[in-house]
Amino acid sequence: MHSLLELSEVSVRYGPVLAVDAVSMRLERGQIGCLLGPSGCGKTTLLRAIAGFEPLSAGRILLAGAGIGSARMQVPPEQRRVGMVFQDYALFPHLNVWRNIAFGLNRLPRAQREQRVAGMLALVELQAHASAYPHELSGGQQQRVALARALAPAPEILLLDEPFSNLDSELREQLAAEVRELLQRSGVTAILVTHDQHEAFAMADQIALMRQGRIVQSDTAHNLYHHPVSEFVAQFIGQGSVVSLSADDSGQPGGAMGLVGGARWPAGETRRVLLRPDAVQYDPASSLRLTVTGRAFRGSHWLYQLQLPDGQRVACMAPCDLHAGSGDTLPVRCVLDAARVFARAPTDVDRP
Amino acid sequence: MLSMAVAIALPVLVIAGSLLGGFSPVWQHLLETVLSDYIVNSLLLMLGVGTGTLVLGVGGAWLTAMCEFPGRRWFNWALLLPMAIPAYIIAYTYTGMLDYAGPVQSALRDWFGWSYGDYYFPRIRTLGGAICMLSLVLYPYVYLLTRVAFLEQSTAVLEASRNLGRTAWQTFFSVALPMARPAIVAGVSLALMEALADYGTVDYFGVSTFTTGIFRTWYGLGELQTAAQLAAFLLLFVFVLFVLEQRSRRGMRFHHSAPSPVARRIILRGWRGWLACGVALSVLAAGFLLPAARLGGWALERAQHTDLDAFLQLTAASFGLALTAALCCLVCALLLGYGKRLHPGPGERFAVRLSSMGYAVPGTVIAVGVLIPFAWIDNRLDGFMRAQFDFSTGLLLSGSLAALVFAYVVRFLAVSLQSVESGLTRIRPGIDESARSLGYAPLGVLRRIHLPMLRGSLATALLLVFVDVLKELPTTLILRPFNFNTLAVRAHELASDERLADAALPALAIVVIGLLPVLLMLRTSGPREAAMVAGGRSGHA
Repeated sequence: MHSLLELSEVSVRYGPVLAVDAVSMRLERGQIGCLLGPSGCGKTTLLRAIAGFEPLSAGRILLAGAGIGSARMQVPPEQRRVGMVFQDYALFPHLNVWRNIAFGLNRLPRAQREQRVAGMLALVELQAHASAYPHELSGGQQQRVALARALAPAPEILLLDEPFSNLDSELREQLAAEVRELLQRSGVTAILVTHDQHEAFAMADQIALMRQGRIVQSDTAHNLYHHPVSEFVAQFIGQGSVVSLSADDSGQPGGAMGLVGGARWPAGETRRVLLRPDAVQYDPASSLRLTVTGRAFRGSHWLYQLQLPDGQRVACMAPCDLHAGSGDTLPVRCVLDAARVFARAPTDVDRP
Repeated sequence: MLSMAVAIALPVLVIAGSLLGGFSPVWQHLLETVLSDYIVNSLLLMLGVGTGTLVLGVGGAWLTAMCEFPGRRWFNWALLLPMAIPAYIIAYTYTGMLDYAGPVQSALRDWFGWSYGDYYFPRIRTLGGAICMLSLVLYPYVYLLTRVAFLEQSTAVLEASRNLGRTAWQTFFSVALPMARPAIVAGVSLALMEALADYGTVDYFGVSTFTTGIFRTWYGLGELQTAAQLAAFLLLFVFVLFVLEQRSRRGMRFHHSAPSPVARRIILRGWRGWLACGVALSVLAAGFLLPAARLGGWALERAQHTDLDAFLQLTAASFGLALTAALCCLVCALLLGYGKRLHPGPGERFAVRLSSMGYAVPGTVIAVGVLIPFAWIDNRLDGFMRAQFDFSTGLLLSGSLAALVFAYVVRFLAVSLQSVESGLTRIRPGIDESARSLGYAPLGVLRRIHLPMLRGSLATALLLVFVDVLKELPTTLILRPFNFNTLAVRAHELASDERLADAALPALAIVVIGLLPVLLMLRTSGPREAAMVAGGRSGHA
């Protein structure tokens, strides 16, 4: 049984630059996937390759079991049954909302076409704006038109290229959740490209984190956060810091500095450990006191920057009624039970 | 400021007002004989030139903006060159090449052993010929504006169309072309205004249109009032085009989508590429290379018979006149531009709009509109002087260079105003304010900030008006003082006397000077500025 979308060893080359480097991935029908990564990681290029706007230099793409692209064979974009929401929406400025949505339906008979457009307008709740032109709409409305236009021809898969980047930051997460709800209601399979992890968490079932043209880790949001495969993933997703810890004579990492719990390893050996802010807990009874180097108010809590005795920095979540300024010391407990341990020393690939 | 604007609008108002005056018996004659010719020919001319410039301009813009073919980068700018040749000059040149005694027909007769009457050859001195000539030199307006529109289209929008199931060709016709429509309409409107304003070509080809009709009514029948009324009808045509152009320019704002840096061109490979290259080359050859070469050839042939002193004198007179007019335009433009900047009220905005009206008005109309009030003043003055002092002042104003320069200012002020205003808008108010807060008085701000920043715009304004005046024919023909000649008038006179080879030198001088604004357009950084220069209309006529 085929997955709806299958990429195998897909590469895209811009001259000497390998923008996408042998990426493989699968997406099942009805799922929402996400390509997440810093700018320039190749996520948009990969999306455009799926849509048919970038030729592959190697590998192949299967959609619903049929080959739509390889280094030798390229199905033109207009024959792919792939819908796309562009970053700047790319609405046709000379057509009104109704005609924008009807644009991809020119092969349908008139009655069906009108019915389909009406359905799409209802789906995105823009019935009142059918005859408005794009420049008369707000950013959020334009985005909904772009969504309706891409969904109207009932594509096998919908691609969204940074669909929320032109909107206010407060709106983004809320809209992402709304769009997810809308896509799931219509049973649409989709891939989202974004550099914002919160958008990714709010929308996607499966997130592929990309870096330098490769997928570093493809997983659920929970696993990306709690079980990152590399320091890069750990640093990109969520907060916290990766510190070098060496085990004391009993095998306790950071034991000399008063850290407790977690995996043990041979005495004297140094490994890299991810400490999330919740691993460093404020505890007035603790004898371990760390110096405060900075703090930021987060509403429900304080996020403190603390300095370990050996100079490395860690983050700590502390209750919001706690007041300690730079230079003060804070009694904390560092519990490594949930901490992720990486290889002995950071490799080049792991440095963000 | 408003009074200056009213003075500049006066000729147009006089023409419009002429409809309120009485209609002379000559009208009966006109109605029965030539008026329908004027209307039909003018309409056919507009239809033909509209189609011609549309095909050449949009085709050229599509090739150079959306495709890749051998020589594409070179054609980008080379396709603008025909702008340098006034229509009346290309008309003489083609007549010389294609007439019975010209090289083409002579060669055909030699090859096939034909003699007169044995073969069909299209006659150039017809309405069809005039349409071809005007289309060849006016298509760059459409080309320039459409090309900018294509280049500024976001590739994402075109990709969205592909993504929604349209092929590349369908995308061109359903998205790229409609999105460029306001620019195309604006370009064609400009070209049609030029076509309506043309006098030299249609006069030389013997085609009766409104402009030749106005001339004939004034010179042949001596009916100034009737000529003005004819001009008013012509103005109605122009007004429709003017409204069309203004509305389209407003539309261009909305149709402007965020341009994307990576424009994907359609790569024309193999024979398609060479076909595109051939098409572009033949347009360029027909519109510029052949006529320019022919003019150069004639000028060389006649080199030893040319009175160089007379030519230099003629050139000096033309340059002096053009420079005076350009400076007058610049001063008026600066006054209006600054007035609007310092007191941006509705009155000032109206004054600026009123004074830029002239650019749409044919030179013939403006000339008649200047002649009427000046002649009225002359007659009053003459009558007064004769009654009081028994001394005739004659035609003091209406036959003077002052009247001519005034007419040029009316016609070309919009060109310099546009340059000056675009220069002034680049100087954001914050710059003035920061200079003031750093201790400079208004005059100091003008000297230390504005003049250095405006220098380029002022030079552009001067150059554009200078070249326009040099090319301008009908206004000069009507208003020039007795025995005063310019390069354009001399070229026209010699060509009308069938001394085409002798007309070549002054014509060539006009073409060479006419190249300057085209070169300027190439030097200005962006396509937007180039479109602005073109939008300022360079008066062929």
